[in-house]
Amino acid sequence: MKVAILKYNAGNIYSVQLALNRLGYPAILTDEPQVLEAADKIIFPGVGEARSAMAYLQQRGLDAWLVQTRQPVLGICLGLQLLCEFSEENQTPGLGIFPVRVRRFPPKGKVPHMGWNTIGQLKGPLFNGISEGAYVYFVHSYYPELTPLTTARTEYLVPFSAAIERDNFFGVQFHPEKSGTVGEKILRNFLEL
Amino acid sequence: MLTRRIIPCLDVQDGQTVKGVHFVNLRRVGDPVTLGQFYARQGADELVYLDITATVENRRAWVEMVQRVAQKINIPFTVGGGIRTIGDVEKMLQAGADKVSVNSAAVQEPALVNRMAREFGSQCIVIAIDARQEGGEWWVYTHGGRQRTFWRAIDWAREVTERGAGEILLTSMNHDGTRNGFALDITRQLAEMLPIPVIASGGAGRMEHFLKVFREGKADAALAASVFHFGHFTIPQLKQFLKMNGIEVRL
Repeated sequence: MKVAILKYNAGNIYSVQLALNRLGYPAILTDEPQVLEAADKIIFPGVGEARSAMAYLQQRGLDAWLVQTRQPVLGICLGLQLLCEFSEENQTPGLGIFPVRVRRFPPKGKVPHMGWNTIGQLKGPLFNGISEGAYVYFVHSYYPELTPLTTARTEYLVPFSAAIERDNFFGVQFHPEKSGTVGEKILRNFLEL
Repeated sequence: MLTRRIIPCLDVQDGQTVKGVHFVNLRRVGDPVTLGQFYARQGADELVYLDITATVENRRAWVEMVQRVAQKINIPFTVGGGIRTIGDVEKMLQAGADKVSVNSAAVQEPALVNRMAREFGSQCIVIAIDARQEGGEWWVYTHGGRQRTFWRAIDWAREVTERGAGEILLTSMNHDGTRNGFALDITRQLAEMLPIPVIASGGAGRMEHFLKVFREGKADAALAASVFHFGHFTIPQLKQFLKMNGIEVRL
């Protein structure tokens, strides 16, 4: 199986590649649509700022490629947020695959939401074998709202979508590559879809 | 609910050995990667690796160690010691570190914090503050505690937060090494005042000390080295104890 990691101007991409290596799925890093086209699974990772990331995708035609692909795509953190309709981070329009808005956490607690938190109301194949209330690692200042497509829910200052699924698109707000054995299981579930 | 974090700290010499490891149930005692994996499996929430030699000659060994850690460890880790420039941060993040901790260089040039946060994001910039209480006032020290600065800890913490720091690692020099407990007052002042997480460090000796620094010190995370390296108690024992006492932890 060929796994591709979408490379763009965001951090944390290397961590995802290392995590896949640990699972026995060596992945290629690429920002070329033709290479992505040949992959069986695509991971769209990222820690960074929404507007500049979106601009990078548009320059390379990756936005157009992403919205039409039928292969399974897993967006992680900023990757998930860019799959949404709109982000309040620098008022950035997203790819619109998930009809969800990404909002800034209210200033009533510490931001970013950083550390281990629980996921609940789990649905869908990504969470096969994962218990309700399992802990995963988060680092983010913006969150995707709850939607009927939410497949995992977390609460920090407000309840939000920790995971969203629509057709071949999956997104997780937390970092499975940094979430110990629980995160490894979630990545494996995606790779074995 | 967001949990409080338990963070073992590994002081590494020459990129090779963890200082002060005294328990022997590891095949290669003192290997930074093996020890980190051991703590990760035990339920550590993050790891901190500090380069205590931090000389130019040892830098290559250090980068190689960071790469090996990144290959093997499945939880977040921070690296610190001798990070002075944007290039140093970039090198560490490229080697696979999730965060970097900066101390003396930030005091020497506060604008460095802004530049690092802008370039790499606040979430990966940890500002380490070594503070010492003298005559009722907490002062910031640099260069491994050898140089006193003109900054009060509270003012410096506020300053770096405004400049874009993502987290504060506060070490009380008065408490460090005593095993008599963390500095509760200054930890609480910073934790309640700042809009970013505060990691308390220095003074851990018993499990009750962790309970106090979370309950009374309001710390978001607690860092310790020797209590874990000496095997006084394990991370699962500590977390069970905290949970029994009503502190939210990841078990």
